[in-house]
Amino acid sequence: MSEEKKREKILDVKDLDITFETTAGKVHAIRGVNIDLYQGETVAIVGESGSGKSVTMRAAMGILAKNAVVNKGEIIYRYRDNVGGIDYNPENDENAVWKEADILKMDKKWIRKHINGRRIAMVFQDPMTSLDPTMTIGKQIMEGMIWHYKIDKKDAYNRAVGLLKEVGIEDAEKRMKQYPHQLSGGMRQRVVIAIALSCNPDLLICDEPTTALDVNIQAKILELIKKVQKERDIAVIYITHDLGVVAKVADYVNVMYAGKIVEVGNINEIFYDPRHPYTWGLLSAMPDLGTDDDRLYTIPGSPPNLLHEKEGDAFAPRNAYALEIDDKLEPPMFQITETHSAATWLLDPRAPKVEMPAELRNRIERMKKEAQANGSKL
Amino acid sequence: MAANYNAEPLLEVKGLKQFFPVSKTYTVKAVNDVSFKVYPGETYGLVGESGSGKSTIGRSIIRLYDPTEGTINFCGMDISGKMTRETKKNLRLQMQMIFQDPMASLNPRKKIKDIIGEALDIHHNYVNTAERDAKVEAILQKVGLAKEHADRYPHQFSGGQRQRVGIARALILNPKLVIADECISALDVSIQAQVVNLMKDIQEELGTAYLFIAHDLSMVKYISDRIGVLHLGHLLETGTTDEIFSNPVHPYTKSLLSAIPIPNPELEKNREVINYDYKTSGIDYCKGTDHLVDGTHFVKCTDEEFATWTGK
Repeated sequence: MSEEKKREKILDVKDLDITFETTAGKVHAIRGVNIDLYQGETVAIVGESGSGKSVTMRAAMGILAKNAVVNKGEIIYRYRDNVGGIDYNPENDENAVWKEADILKMDKKWIRKHINGRRIAMVFQDPMTSLDPTMTIGKQIMEGMIWHYKIDKKDAYNRAVGLLKEVGIEDAEKRMKQYPHQLSGGMRQRVVIAIALSCNPDLLICDEPTTALDVNIQAKILELIKKVQKERDIAVIYITHDLGVVAKVADYVNVMYAGKIVEVGNINEIFYDPRHPYTWGLLSAMPDLGTDDDRLYTIPGSPPNLLHEKEGDAFAPRNAYALEIDDKLEPPMFQITETHSAATWLLDPRAPKVEMPAELRNRIERMKKEAQANGSKL
Repeated sequence: MAANYNAEPLLEVKGLKQFFPVSKTYTVKAVNDVSFKVYPGETYGLVGESGSGKSTIGRSIIRLYDPTEGTINFCGMDISGKMTRETKKNLRLQMQMIFQDPMASLNPRKKIKDIIGEALDIHHNYVNTAERDAKVEAILQKVGLAKEHADRYPHQFSGGQRQRVGIARALILNPKLVIADECISALDVSIQAQVVNLMKDIQEELGTAYLFIAHDLSMVKYISDRIGVLHLGHLLETGTTDEIFSNPVHPYTKSLLSAIPIPNPELEKNREVINYDYKTSGIDYCKGTDHLVDGTHFVKCTDEEFATWTGK
């Protein structure tokens, strides 16, 4: 993206707080989440399963489960009306104005008409379950365009063929008539991406898009998403637990733990200068191809059960660097740089000086050297 | 206990072929002429993309399938053809399997102690219930669970704990070889590390050999002593983990290694993934023979290909 262009904020999640009513009691899944997203940028949300990454994004899509209760917070989505139909590009229109909507306050019908598929599209983890096995590929790609933009079938068909070509599927005409089971896993995920792109969305949410795929295909799919993002200047949110994937695609990273963002920063800040002990743990636990250690680091303990709320920092019981205050009071976000902040008491000026573990520091030093050897200016 | 390469190989697979006839004219050649050895106490990693035949190999070895061709030698027994009663019993005692999805592979209606103790029941390995319970308890402790867990049902456990139960079940008869078929793919990354560490600890203590089947190369690197790279039913390259990772020879292996995302953003953003397409590569796997690169590092190719790839 060019420097002089103004960064337009398109998604602003403010202080989101969600509980689920279950038979076992209230599960406090999201406890005050803040996320900013700008046009054309990529944000990755990282965390263990159950940390609330998917729930946050489902809230942004307005597709939360029925037993979810939003206690407070807002999800402001900024958009420009695409008055001119499917090919309308607001960049070329001087009269285009930015509008704002709080997704949490809108009714289902409005969200379905204006948000789902049309402006925010989602790519799910398992392409076999997100595609309809009884419909042809072509029909599934055309469905959204016809519904949202009322274009005729022939036009939709031609667009669908074009989309299949765009996502790198050969023999597009032949594939249009095939069913999902006739395609391989990588092909299916490409089809899902084609469907997601069919209505010209501004924001693409990828929920673990490559977890079910092999490394070769993973690399191709990630490159495809990157290419499409560049061409269409759309924003992408990645939900993932694979830090290798994050390193490849993200501009900004949100680290999530037990329903809270514990550290946020741009990609280099998170990887080369992490501040939160949980981020230290995540980075240390990555399998590293560069060393000969024969044991993997694991973060001790397991994620907390959000059914039982606990005073203080949720990560404290697993945190080797926990201070006494961590058991009593939840740490606020401490600002480190303009883009980088972390929720840990270690950053409080009164806290004792604690350095990241030596092994991780060595590893980061090595990573920096490797990057410098490849011409990076770190 | 480290792997013992001077001993007789524990498992020797020679020219294994596993074909599945689909129709009169079409046969799926899932595994095509694969040979490798597993030594006592070592971990042999089989990697490849989905559909490369890695799971089929595991299933053929443990005789869930009848191999079409080839011999499988295990603990000095030939287990590839029709087995005698004695061989069969021995095979079932000495070789066990851990499956991918612990939720699907554990019977939801059985208590953990009965799931783990089932093998003991079948092989009449105890005199009274107290002894059976003691054995189950001991193995639970070994995999990091408590004896209170014995009376629970699978749904009461988390994913990582369930896989520990799967491991306990495989280890209760103290087998010489455990086939771990994608046993960590269904788990969270942090849990994967715990399970891999556990498997390593158990190997050190008991000297069990693992045939570790996976598609995640970075995890395979941690656990394996030697690796075999599979593609389309052919074993393309095999060698120690170091040999494969530091000096991959086959273009497919190279592309596979280049596709692993490195958690180093500045490096990763500029890295190119090497593309590999069997159809356009001009390589015919069926024509290849094993060529020695160095040490125990073999690659399957023709003489000319070998010359161009290695520059020898």
